[in-house]
Amino acid sequence: MNNVLKKKRANKSSLPFFLKSSFKVSFIIILISLILLITTFTFDAVPPILNRGIQPATFPKALLVLIIFLTSVVFYLSIKKPWKKESKLPKSFFITLIAFVLFLVIAKTLDFFLAIAVFSALVSYYWGEKRIIYLLIVSILFPIIVFTFFEIFLGLRFPPGIITNIYYN
Amino acid sequence: MENLSYMMAPLFSSKLLIVLFFGTLFGLILGVLPGLGPTTGGALILPFTMTLDPLSAIVLLTAIYCAGTYGGAITAILINTPGTPAAAATCLDGYPLAQKGEAGRALGMATVSSTIGGIFSVIILVFFAPLLAKLAYEFGQPEYFALAIFGLTMLASIGEGSPVKNLIAAAFGILISTVGKDFMTSIDRFTYGINELSEGISFIPVVVGLFAISEMLTQSTMLDQVFKRVALKAVKLPSLKDYKLTWKTILRSSGIGSFIGVLPAEGGTVASLIGYSEAKRWSKTPEEFGKGSIEGIAGAEAANNAATGGAMVPTLALGIPGSATTAVILTGLIIHGVRPGPELFREQPEFLYGIFGSMLIANILFFIFGFFGAKLFARITLVPNKILWPMIFALSVCGTYSLSQSITDVWIMLFFGVVGFFMRRYGFSVVPVIIGLILGELVEGTLRQSLVIFDGNWLMFLTRPIALTFFSLAIIALLFPLFKKKTKIIKLKKR
Repeated sequence: MNNVLKKKRANKSSLPFFLKSSFKVSFIIILISLILLITTFTFDAVPPILNRGIQPATFPKALLVLIIFLTSVVFYLSIKKPWKKESKLPKSFFITLIAFVLFLVIAKTLDFFLAIAVFSALVSYYWGEKRIIYLLIVSILFPIIVFTFFEIFLGLRFPPGIITNIYYN
Repeated sequence: MENLSYMMAPLFSSKLLIVLFFGTLFGLILGVLPGLGPTTGGALILPFTMTLDPLSAIVLLTAIYCAGTYGGAITAILINTPGTPAAAATCLDGYPLAQKGEAGRALGMATVSSTIGGIFSVIILVFFAPLLAKLAYEFGQPEYFALAIFGLTMLASIGEGSPVKNLIAAAFGILISTVGKDFMTSIDRFTYGINELSEGISFIPVVVGLFAISEMLTQSTMLDQVFKRVALKAVKLPSLKDYKLTWKTILRSSGIGSFIGVLPAEGGTVASLIGYSEAKRWSKTPEEFGKGSIEGIAGAEAANNAATGGAMVPTLALGIPGSATTAVILTGLIIHGVRPGPELFREQPEFLYGIFGSMLIANILFFIFGFFGAKLFARITLVPNKILWPMIFALSVCGTYSLSQSITDVWIMLFFGVVGFFMRRYGFSVVPVIIGLILGELVEGTLRQSLVIFDGNWLMFLTRPIALTFFSLAIIALLFPLFKKKTKIIKLKKR
């Protein structure tokens, strides 16, 4: 019975519009576009005597208006479509996102290499790899190979940090 | 005759042969791995090409493109998961045939039809690209603007997914290209006081983010997914009966693929879908499609590989990419100081025909690798995601950082990774963003320069016949989805 109700609910097109994912997505796109559109009014303008053609802000303005218009069309077209229940994002997705943030913080404050090692170990472990040897390969050995390769072949110098400073003396 | 000798040159260059060998090998591995592909692979390998001369660098990228497009068929047939989006149509008949115990036959047909499609398209490239380049001599700024607009509208018309969403994504891509100092007036746009943004947003962080990082996030939502792999004994060459059954399909799909490839849209993915549906339409046994039809495999595979050569035509002749991967190749050309367009054909024919010749060799190489090594390549899919993706992340981060040694590029890559994930989740294709980004500067630049020429009079665009033709084609391209929808409704009503 419960399943039948759920199915009925999933196919219902008369749900409040603000519950539909198409509305939420359209709303976010339009909101961001509006903010960016307002920003374009702060761009410097070229003095009329030097201005041939269009002002630097005109082209981005036109693009943003186009995006807002097309997004409204997407939303309008989606109104009549049956509502699909959105699948929830699993915990592993959020863990990976947190790992991204952790990578950013460590790379910015401590060390670039360390950030990659921590990220790789964390993601690999959370995605199901529990064997220490494989975790070490993924988080230590592979980044060392990549770093060495980039340094030797491209002459790349990685940003300073607690580990890279030791390496570079 | 001279051009033919330039085409043969890679055969006698040990350096280019080594580059082709590794490019094909790397392309096949990338094609086999679901979620990766020639676009991501090309973007990741781009920093390494800096150690090579321009010809070797582009040969490497094109070899990855050709082999990667074919590689997707191996996973499509053996595990029912397309290694690349272009192999999606191959799953429909490849996997059912493999389940019947004929995986070797399916892979054999995929290998042969991909090779024929690829070689056919290189022939098209050799003849058609110089003609298009000659035509491009007639193009001024207004014509290039109209052409770029036509290219973008084609994304909506024949691109995968919703036409309106594709247009939004393309507009978003162009918008990204406006970040930084305005090229005509040096006025900052969308920089928000961040110095690193003044130079603009580079192409590679966006591509790696939209393709590799967003795919990593997608994989994080599918950790419990288990692939069922069909056993493969050996790849079999198609029998005479199979050849008789499919030669027309292979030729038709090669033509379709080459044509679709030339259009600035989604290249192989769209080509394979059209190639497949046309194969079904012309088949004497359409009821077999979806149940393991050998014609279905031939139709899809010949078309997607034929799109590779086709997509190189506008890329080299006009500097307008025919697909996401050719956008990466175009970036490679620019990084190495090669300016695509008609001048390239006049000034550096040895470079161009070297690329054409290398593409031919790459098609033959992936035939050999595919034929003898498909079993081995299929084993690559056994590398678990928990090992593979952290490694790809390390490569992505270092590759992105290496191009301009900028940590900001890494942040941009991660940002676009998250954006790309949500775009895909809500039905937006990321390919138009890439095409929009690469065409952005051309669109804005040619528009503004045209307006300078026309003294601000927009109506002057209508006085240029070539520009007018492209604008008309753009309008037709925009109306095409509506027409398609209408005819579909009429057909349904008739039924």
